[in-house]
Amino acid sequence: MPLVKHGKITTDTFVHVADDAEIPGDGAILISSARFLEDAEALSRRVGKTGVAWPNNRDVDDLVPHLDRLAVVALVFPTFRDGRAYSQARLLRERHGFKGELRATGQVLRDQFVFMLRAGFDAFEVKKESDAEAFAATVKRYSVFYQPTGDGRITALHRRMQLRHSESAGQ
Amino acid sequence: MTSPLEQKKIRITGPSMVTANRTWDGVVIYRTSQQGWSADLSDAAIVRTSDEARALLTESIADDVGAIGAYIAPVEIKDSGEIEPGNLREHIRSAGVTIDLPVPA
Amino acid sequence: MYAYDELDRTLINERVSEFRDQVKRRLSGELTEDEFKMLRLQNGVYLQLHAYMFRVAIPYGTLASKQLRALAHVARRYDRGYGHFTTRQNIQFNWIKLAELPDALADLAEVGIHAMQTSGNNTRNVTSDQWAGVAPGEIEDPRIWSELLRQYTTLHPEFSFLPRKFKFAITASDHDRAAIKVHDIGLRLYKNEAGETGFEVLVGGGLGRTPFIGKTIKPFVHGHDLLSYVESILRVYNQYGRRDNIYKARIKILVHELGIEKFAKEVEEEWLQMRDSALTIDDAVIEDIRSRFTYPAYEKLPHMPDELKKAAHDRHFEAWRKNSVFPHKVPGYAIVTLSLKPVGGPPGDATADQMDAIADLADKYSFGEIRVGHEQNLALPHVARRDLPALWKALDKIGVATPNVNLVSDIIACPGLDYCSLANARSIPIAQELTRRFSNHETANMIGRLHINISGCINACGHHHVGHIGILGVEKNGEEFYQITIGGRADEKAEVGTLIGPAVPYGEVADVIEDIVEAYLALRARPDELFIDTVKRLGVEPFRERVYATR
Repeated sequence: MPLVKHGKITTDTFVHVADDAEIPGDGAILISSARFLEDAEALSRRVGKTGVAWPNNRDVDDLVPHLDRLAVVALVFPTFRDGRAYSQARLLRERHGFKGELRATGQVLRDQFVFMLRAGFDAFEVKKESDAEAFAATVKRYSVFYQPTGDGRITALHRRMQLRHSESAGQ
Repeated sequence: MTSPLEQKKIRITGPSMVTANRTWDGVVIYRTSQQGWSADLSDAAIVRTSDEARALLTESIADDVGAIGAYIAPVEIKDSGEIEPGNLREHIRSAGVTIDLPVPA
Repeated sequence: MYAYDELDRTLINERVSEFRDQVKRRLSGELTEDEFKMLRLQNGVYLQLHAYMFRVAIPYGTLASKQLRALAHVARRYDRGYGHFTTRQNIQFNWIKLAELPDALADLAEVGIHAMQTSGNNTRNVTSDQWAGVAPGEIEDPRIWSELLRQYTTLHPEFSFLPRKFKFAITASDHDRAAIKVHDIGLRLYKNEAGETGFEVLVGGGLGRTPFIGKTIKPFVHGHDLLSYVESILRVYNQYGRRDNIYKARIKILVHELGIEKFAKEVEEEWLQMRDSALTIDDAVIEDIRSRFTYPAYEKLPHMPDELKKAAHDRHFEAWRKNSVFPHKVPGYAIVTLSLKPVGGPPGDATADQMDAIADLADKYSFGEIRVGHEQNLALPHVARRDLPALWKALDKIGVATPNVNLVSDIIACPGLDYCSLANARSIPIAQELTRRFSNHETANMIGRLHINISGCINACGHHHVGHIGILGVEKNGEEFYQITIGGRADEKAEVGTLIGPAVPYGEVADVIEDIVEAYLALRARPDELFIDTVKRLGVEPFRERVYATR
């Protein structure tokens, strides 16, 4: 499953470690939330980057105390129609200031890329190769956005007022 | 006429067929016995056991590009062998609305 | 009339391009139906019995004449020459081809019409009072807030995959013509003691399998906080609404299961963390939106012009005037309702020819503006009273002047089993027969205001729960049967109707309704006691007795 970051397919440097497998001493790992929370202290002190896969039916509040020591938080879309991870992503990015990689996993399809970017995701485990290849083109589909999110894009409401002011300023 | 769209158990009580809508234009179609679709009910493959029905439906659903919303529906077979829709819903699907259209066709 | 600008149009066009690409990928097989279905729903495309159905958005029920002509064009070019106006102020076309939809959408985009989010598990058309901006006594035009909400909810990245659909309605009048109490979020605009504009916010109203009247979650939310507060509600719903069972996935179920106090607390906690955020609406933004709503340059006109005096002798005109013409907040003007409920006709339908003619009449007599009501009629909101006689002649000629507005034959009905794949039974022929039984104008007037609502299945798109008389199609042993309820209402005194007895077969429904009406006429305290008030006073029992005495 291709991983897309910065608009193109890249190698995933994070190793998914199963719950019953040994955690390597170093290297970047991605583990389940259950495993992480069992020993969050120890795990956040390990050499190498640590990432957590957080389920979409659990409050991100439980993860918040550990955020500054996490390199990756992977959220999940069990089907693309289950939109809970969008709220989780926005909360992590905008309310809790998470600066690491926010990764979309699960049924990640082309037609949700723009929504995901706007919600704060910056890495995507894309289901279909063809979708991954179309990522850069897909995210250019929209240039107008009505509502503010943490992505910093100006909303149509404010752009409109900017245009008005510059019109009247130019008179 | 309870919507058959959520058919989970496949159990038929009489002769039945598989029907769907054509993907590109939504026209009502019926599964034929030649792994195809026809807009004419008389071309519909008739199944008489639940196993046959299940098999026909499975094969129909596999044609995801050509057809959507396939399900099993009852038919009535007249003495002449003519196939008629087996309930009001299928009558309406094959013959059209039961009211006059605001603009005559 | 809200004027779309370059930004609004760009968004619509970008959406059309995206959908064109999605349709292409569907027809080539690159997208499976499972992957495509939600995408097409988000553009208003359903699969129905015979064909696809295309639901086009008419934001808060306001149309410009050129937009109505574009709808007529779609009906002609891509459909079978007619459209159906819905209980959510939208329009539906019943015979559309998927392959042609991108072109239909592109044609509509040219006049600022779209079909974004008219279906799917997202936020739907924000509906309002069809008399917004012109109703006497209105506090302020609720459409300004409807437009703010429309923009905020359109392609919202966080809320495009909710547990289920989500519907808003806004009213700014004491008499609620927008049915806010049966919406997921209902908003009542008013000014508080300090003179500040804000909203009573209700949540968890809705019909369908489990009807609920909405509960007040917050008595006053300042206008500035509307969007942040709505975001809090949506976020709580998005995270905690049930996703295991589509029949229990609406916010009304979450509110019911948590209880309104607990739910309000969850929302309040969320809101306190984000209330002073980028979502706060500042006055400049409100003024900007307000400035883009243009209002007619009304003349100073007399209330009783000569044209009207002269026409008073024409009893057909008078019958229509007394029934279909309503007071306007500007003296000398009127709001005219166009009945789309002709005797024997399918309720709420209009042909392309009618749409074009109405657009022309709107240009001539209503400053180019038309409204769509959730009772499936249209309205011309800015008619000079001196133009009423001429307008009436023209409306009568095109068949939209049946003087039955708000009367027994002004029936609200869903498309039912003739069109809809969810239906158990037909609704349109029932409506047609009822209009025939009650076609006599004097009789209908004598009966007075009486709202009949018909739904072909429990999804209640005909809003039968809140009909004075509600008719619900069910199936019994392969036959069409109908449950009858009475006493429902959708306004500020909203209530769910009560079943009067066992379901009756298709052939008997019209007889039963006649029996109910006869019972009312016999039981009412005075000729001007409305049906709904008689039911309130006496309860269901006397009606049940009479209807089922011989059944």
